Amino acid sequence: MDSIFTEQPGGVVGKPIIRVDGRDKVTGRAKYSAEFPLPGLTYAVIVTSPIAKGKIQSIDSAAAMREPGVLTVLTHQNLPPLATTPNTPEGKKKIGAPMGFLPLTSDEIFYAAQPVAVVVADTLEHAQHAATLVRVAYQSGGKPIAYYTDPKAELFDPQKVQDGKQEGHTKRGTPEESFASAPIQLVATYHHPVHNHNPMEPGSTTAQWTAPDRLTVYESTQGVFRTQSSLKAMLGLPADNIRVITKYLGGGFGCKGSTWPHTILTIQAAKAVGRPVKLMLTRPQMFTSMGHREDQEQTVKLGATAEGKITSIIHTKKSTTSPWDNYAESNSKILDMLYATPNFEASYEMARANVMTSTFMRAPGEAPGSFALECSMDDLAYRVGVDPVQIRLLNHSDYDYSTGQQWSSKSLKQCYARGAELFGWSRRNPKAGQTREGRYLVGMGMATASYPVHNSQGTARARLYADGHAVVQAGATDLGTGTYTVMTQVAADSLGLPLEKVRFELGDTQLPNAPNSGGSVAAGTVSSSVFLACQDVWDKLIKMAVADRKSPLHGADPAEVGVEKGRLFLKNKPKKGESYAEVLHRADMPDIEGMAQGKYGAGNENPQGAKNADPSKKDEAGGHSMHSFGAHFCQVHVDSELGVVRVTKWVSVMGAGRVLNSQTARSQILGGAIFGIGSALMEATERDDHFARYTNADLANYHVCVNKDIPDMTVEFVEEHDPYINAMGVKGIGEIGIVGVAAAVANAVYHATGKRVRDLPLTPDKVLMNGLPS
Amino acid sequence: MNNFAYTQAASTKEATTAKQADKAAAFIGGGTTLIDIMKSNIEQHSLLIDINRLALTGINDTAEGLRIGTLEHMSTVGEHPQVVQNYPAISESLLLSASPQLRNMATMGGNLLQKTRCGYYRDVAFPCNKRVPGSGCPAQTGDNRTLAIFGTSPSCIATNASDLAVALVALDARLTLENAKGQSRTLPLTEFYKLPGSTPNIETHLQPDELITAITVPAAGHARRSHYLKVRDRASYAYALVSAAVGLDVQGGLIRSARVALGGVGTVPWRVPAVEKYLVGKPATEDTFRAAAALAVRDAAPREQNKFKVELAQRTLVRAFLELPTA
Repeated sequence: MDSIFTEQPGGVVGKPIIRVDGRDKVTGRAKYSAEFPLPGLTYAVIVTSPIAKGKIQSIDSAAAMREPGVLTVLTHQNLPPLATTPNTPEGKKKIGAPMGFLPLTSDEIFYAAQPVAVVVADTLEHAQHAATLVRVAYQSGGKPIAYYTDPKAELFDPQKVQDGKQEGHTKRGTPEESFASAPIQLVATYHHPVHNHNPMEPGSTTAQWTAPDRLTVYESTQGVFRTQSSLKAMLGLPADNIRVITKYLGGGFGCKGSTWPHTILTIQAAKAVGRPVKLMLTRPQMFTSMGHREDQEQTVKLGATAEGKITSIIHTKKSTTSPWDNYAESNSKILDMLYATPNFEASYEMARANVMTSTFMRAPGEAPGSFALECSMDDLAYRVGVDPVQIRLLNHSDYDYSTGQQWSSKSLKQCYARGAELFGWSRRNPKAGQTREGRYLVGMGMATASYPVHNSQGTARARLYADGHAVVQAGATDLGTGTYTVMTQVAADSLGLPLEKVRFELGDTQLPNAPNSGGSVAAGTVSSSVFLACQDVWDKLIKMAVADRKSPLHGADPAEVGVEKGRLFLKNKPKKGESYAEVLHRADMPDIEGMAQGKYGAGNENPQGAKNADPSKKDEAGGHSMHSFGAHFCQVHVDSELGVVRVTKWVSVMGAGRVLNSQTARSQILGGAIFGIGSALMEATERDDHFARYTNADLANYHVCVNKDIPDMTVEFVEEHDPYINAMGVKGIGEIGIVGVAAAVANAVYHATGKRVRDLPLTPDKVLMNGLPS
Repeated sequence: MNNFAYTQAASTKEATTAKQADKAAAFIGGGTTLIDIMKSNIEQHSLLIDINRLALTGINDTAEGLRIGTLEHMSTVGEHPQVVQNYPAISESLLLSASPQLRNMATMGGNLLQKTRCGYYRDVAFPCNKRVPGSGCPAQTGDNRTLAIFGTSPSCIATNASDLAVALVALDARLTLENAKGQSRTLPLTEFYKLPGSTPNIETHLQPDELITAITVPAAGHARRSHYLKVRDRASYAYALVSAAVGLDVQGGLIRSARVALGGVGTVPWRVPAVEKYLVGKPATEDTFRAAAALAVRDAAPREQNKFKVELAQRTLVRAFLELPTA
């Protein structure tokens, strides 16, 4: 049958449909993971270590246990045993744990605010108070190491980064020689502070043992199946015995992409007390419980011809990691692929410190990597004396230089052109530090954005009822970004039903397997699986009809039968046909179920191509590089005396394949860009040098943007049809919105002031002391 | 947070008597600082005495000036026409503070007693002389970008966090305090705050049984022509890196009287009388303001990360003067 890649007449895919769950959210009916009032529910509070290095000498829980309502105090001395812990490399791998250490399995203290005890009581207030009464005596291990820059820190070459998942060394061509012989040689070093994800909803777990070997967990996670898989390994239970439910999520940004210690500690607490236990991390605990983006330094050496064509890029990164793991975001990937770079080299160094393991945070690698690259590209533009957009067009890559593969689709040139037009880029004075409005220095900057379409797979189930409604399911997660809504749209169009006749269900391991909502894969993967599951419904109905002697379609070739708005008909004789309901009625079936399992992304073009949107491209399938691209344009006002920077105008234009819902898609890009503006101007977690402990672990002093920081913003998508990536042609937009943003802001600040600050965030002190024209 | 008892006071006398009877008691108004502090286990109070029902409201003209009841909310005072017109620095300092939700809850008296945002004070895992006398002050050589450059001591460099207090010290505000004996006294706000010295845990001259009942600000030319300017890391809902409250009475181009205080830079709201004295009789020009600003930071004692405040404070002051409406 025809795919909906060619738009369904009167369809809802792509339309700015308001969130189907919006009403439930604003009326409080939508239940987040900490909002399930189970009978007999008890409450857990985590006690954390004040010191960052040392040993627990003793724990005295007696006073806490004497408090009314207190049920247990778990410590490393009485934590119910686990089948597997992440404390060995094998265990960590089996669990898929983000960190090679589980608190409460040892008396050692490795990082500040490490959990040392879990207090469970009948009310939250009892647990909170009792937690203050647990007396822990520590033996200091001496001065901890806070950063890779600590004189005692030892930098090493990890060989692989991102916890062994990415190569730590990349080399193409002759980078050093090409740099040494380049007419233009730029060398710059960039600094990026620690960031914490801080979704509005903190991490939470509600664990209920329904039998000694059966567990239900209401979890704040970006993926119920990944959580289930981790728990299966840690508990030594069959996956079937563990049900994980996440109906709504209040944001994640990557920190809810793995199973962190608080989850298993809550589950073990529930085991210990024999009642369901709920834990919600406090805001300060959010800085030390679910990872962070690591502090890092990047050096970019960029060689170019006198005309500004890149001949070589050499990138190095230094960062801080934990005592166990070699985690560093792989910044170099975007430097490797973004431009036509014939010679390239990247390497990493890291040092162990008394910190927990960092983790992926919105566009891991691409966000800080693009800051370094796109500021250096700006330098190159000024050095050569060409416009920043022109320097990027000059270095536009017509294929992926990092792999040698063709792009599956790329609309970057259109993004530049449309962005420049919407922004009024032509009004920009080519010279930096020359535009003034009253007391403000005015600057305009831009940067390229890009994010890969990661491989993924998933399943979905569609049940179409004879009475004209449908229930469609996939065990995906809606991070709050609109998954419920866009999947309802896709299912409605695929089944030819009005939106309100389709219910989409997600967030439960009893539903068909879906990937983590991470790496921007959810929209593309789940929508494609939903679409294919709905196609399966029609395939089955057509088969039933042509085999049914009472059907007007009896004996027809299934390939000759089409479907429109629930009616099956002969393609060459459209008047001959019947509604699907009649097919079901005759078979005495109230409903029919379709199922689909799909693999999507690079390397999966061929199997997918068979059912793909554009069958004419099937033969070309194979070996494509798959990325979204876009461009950000930014105007800033820099106070010429006070150094305060405010963004006053913003335009983002993206080419990201099919847009499923123009409203929620716009919101995604807005959110990403605002996240990026925060990282450019204010966001930083401060870790004290001497104590290796954060000094601003709250939302009063860890600044993210407020309304007043953000001007009216313009977001557009260019029309882009990608025949290779997945059945729906959706690239995913969860992350590309932040990529390049910090650079666009920093480039605008440079254009305003003529002085470059390469140390994020660009707070008034840095701009005042180093960044204002004298 | 510890368990505590809660009582609603029906009269000021009842409130102050209850406070006198229990050394670990605290008054609660809007609770926007107190509850935070208790949740973070920074303070443990056995009893909270709710003063919200007391008749300590009202914004009225009196012979001594504008009298503001301690229980008036920040938002009410900040938007009050009298305040907007005759004490613009006070209005601005209030409306640039916190968020609308907090301003609707927080009281005027409570604002003056809010706790510092120093990260070492706010986390009980750190040593902090203000929280635990004698435990040390890691801020001296630690994360001190946002901390004080004036009024510091080897024991403490925590910044006073109030915007309002900066405007009030500049404009000669006086507090009315009432004790358990029913006695009332008034005190200039400049004499209310204590420098940290070796006892940063003692922040004010308030007696244990005393309650702030009212704030009085004299009417003056320099109050009518006053301005509060706040420089911060984000555009709203952030504490001041540096702020300035200035008031000038200018006649015939010459300054007749001046009021100058700095915020975000002092362990207490930092009024600079020497600068005020310098300004009197000078022409109201940018040159004068620059010279005054240089004088204002003469005693600055910055640490490693907050050296920029010496420069930023001067520029903020000059800008604040220049932004005053022309007489």
